[in-house]
Amino acid sequence: MKKLLLGNAAVAQGAYEAGVRVVASYPGTPSTEITENIVKYDEIYAEWSPNEKVAAEVAIGASIGGGRAMSCMKHVGLNVMADPVFTVSYTGVNGGLLFCVADDPGMHSSQNEQDSRHYAKASKTAMLEPSDSQECKEFTRRAFELSEKFDTPFFLRLSTRVSHSQSLVEIGNRQDDGLKPYEKSVPKYVMMPAMAVKRHVVVEERTKKLIEFAENCEFNKIEDNGSKIGVITAGISYMYAKEALGDKVNYLKLGMVYPLPEKLILDFAKTVDKLYVIEELDPFIEEHCKALGIDVIGKDAFTMLGEYTPAMIKKAVLGKDSPEFSEISETIPQRPPVLCPGCPHRATFYVLKKLGLVVSGDIGCYTLGAAAPLSSVDTTICMGASVSAALGMAKARGTEFNKKLVSVIGDSTFIHSGITGLIDIVYNKGANTVIILDNSITGMTGHQDNPTTGYTIRGEETKQVDLLALCKAVGVEHVTVADPFDLKNFEKVVKEEVERNEPSVIIAQRPCALLKRVKYTGHCTITDKCKKCKMCMKLGCPAISEGKDGNVKIDLTQCNGCGLCVNVCPFDAIKKED
Amino acid sequence: MNKSVMIVGVGGQGTLLASRILGNTVISEGFDVKVSEVHGMSQRGGSVVTYVKYGDKVFSPIIEKGEADIILAFEMLEAYRAMTYLKKGGKIIVNTQEIDPMPVITGAMEYPQTIEKTLSEKVDVQFVDALSLAEKAGNFKAVNVVLIGVMAKSTDIPYEKWIETIKTTVPPKFLEVNLKAFELGYNL
Repeated sequence: MKKLLLGNAAVAQGAYEAGVRVVASYPGTPSTEITENIVKYDEIYAEWSPNEKVAAEVAIGASIGGGRAMSCMKHVGLNVMADPVFTVSYTGVNGGLLFCVADDPGMHSSQNEQDSRHYAKASKTAMLEPSDSQECKEFTRRAFELSEKFDTPFFLRLSTRVSHSQSLVEIGNRQDDGLKPYEKSVPKYVMMPAMAVKRHVVVEERTKKLIEFAENCEFNKIEDNGSKIGVITAGISYMYAKEALGDKVNYLKLGMVYPLPEKLILDFAKTVDKLYVIEELDPFIEEHCKALGIDVIGKDAFTMLGEYTPAMIKKAVLGKDSPEFSEISETIPQRPPVLCPGCPHRATFYVLKKLGLVVSGDIGCYTLGAAAPLSSVDTTICMGASVSAALGMAKARGTEFNKKLVSVIGDSTFIHSGITGLIDIVYNKGANTVIILDNSITGMTGHQDNPTTGYTIRGEETKQVDLLALCKAVGVEHVTVADPFDLKNFEKVVKEEVERNEPSVIIAQRPCALLKRVKYTGHCTITDKCKKCKMCMKLGCPAISEGKDGNVKIDLTQCNGCGLCVNVCPFDAIKKED
Repeated sequence: MNKSVMIVGVGGQGTLLASRILGNTVISEGFDVKVSEVHGMSQRGGSVVTYVKYGDKVFSPIIEKGEADIILAFEMLEAYRAMTYLKKGGKIIVNTQEIDPMPVITGAMEYPQTIEKTLSEKVDVQFVDALSLAEKAGNFKAVNVVLIGVMAKSTDIPYEKWIETIKTTVPPKFLEVNLKAFELGYNL
């Protein structure tokens, strides 16, 4: 039976068919739907872990325990989990172990454009890269067998267009061969120097065997169209190349991107006069070819930036232009993403902007607080940096600066890696104010539960981390819970806390407006009391704009009746209607 | 020959559901198909673009400038932005709804005033007040299915196939509204 599946759903299906028992992940676009789809299979234990490192370690433990296991993350999540990866490369596995990492060329929803293939090389493991949903399923299923065969964790590298495209997948049955026996083995699993020295030898030998495998495996395929132009490519770039070049060139499609074959590439190169390497982001395959002494055209003809397109490839290889199209002759407004109507963060940023504070920001929907008109966020680096970087800023610039400085971090991100920064503030005598934007969910990635929500990935009730008690427990004496929609009180609380010469935490508590249980009703309308002062438009609510007649209007298809604009209007001119 | 349909709109308008209905309908017709979606940050009220390509064999999931046979636009400005993607001889179906983007709300830019005129001059366009039709069907959120109805009329795929997919794709409690929305679009 064939089904139309998202690449990510196909990975989940492949894991299911491979008899996987444990999947632990932290959400991150474009990888999130893999783990969300795993939940459909009752046979698999699934969890949202507090962060990617914990997730990877849970999967590693499951593998050592004898079960097939998987952990999925976005590219930057791989940085967080890198520590165990480099050592589990040495220990090897018991049950097959797969790390799925989704890169985001073009940065549709990311803060950088890193190329995760380097990690496979650096950790001396192995990496497969599918080009469509069918390959997502097939490569995933096979990766577990190969992980066991070569005694190494495998990576599956995805990219946004593979993860988030749907294509047809042949659905198969689950094959579960049961747990592997658990046998204690200090030389294999206890990586202290004496053992690790010996395991490193095993790792180097294994890489040689993996290269041999790469020379003849089903993942690396030559398509000979009798051309004198050759193309070496992988992942989504293969699909773009096929679209652009059809049968006008010969292809070497690499489904295994680390380790790369040597003889296969050398032999392919001999059959053509001109050889292109087409790969998004870094010249990973290109540098390998050049190290083999092959003259290839790679980044000289293609960019390191963003996503590729068939048109770009057609132009570079065949010199052909795109089809004609109707041009737009004027500059038209962009439509950047915005905080949703009813978003609790809007109120927080409104107050922070009003107070003119420096805002050390973090990763989540609330990164959008940097955009006009709220224009509130000063920095965004990585998960957790809002807290620790603010300590650094305060230490560099001193007490007076610190009184104008706050950190903002979501509930899920705080658990992910904000809490360690907060401990640092307390331990090293900082006096920072941290605002936890507690919207009761992991928002940006599409509503995943986390340790602060009280529910598991399967929606089962569980112990809920008490943020207030947690902050107190690490030594923060001033922890205040406040509703940001109560603008007056929230402003008062922020003013008081930044003035303090001790660490403080404000838990800005109001759930995400998109949660099913949040029932804003009716809508807001502007009455004839309006003096056109446009205070409400400073909120940056997408439902409020100025009409062609110069009057402020509220778009009823967008307004959810949250009432925040009613709170800011100084003339009582906005009314809530049912 | 492959067909390329581009669905554009504003995050939150239901473009994903529309692309899924289209994708599932064309596979029931035996075509190879690829649907490319957008998730994550850009979904938050930003410009949202999904591509549906179908035919004997589809390689690239994306549609480029001058390639779309049909563009289904949920909003005027997004229709205008997408115009460059239309193939010569292609058709663009436009919901006449206007949603101000943030640069317009903040006063940094103006919402273009001549979209209707420009589109009419340059390309084959059909304007539809899908919002009113959706409201007539019982829920303004059914704009997406109204537009799928309008588009369905200009394809070779039989009416019953669309109805079948809507029944299997849409949550049961919204089925009645969506079937009505489809009818209103289809019979326009």
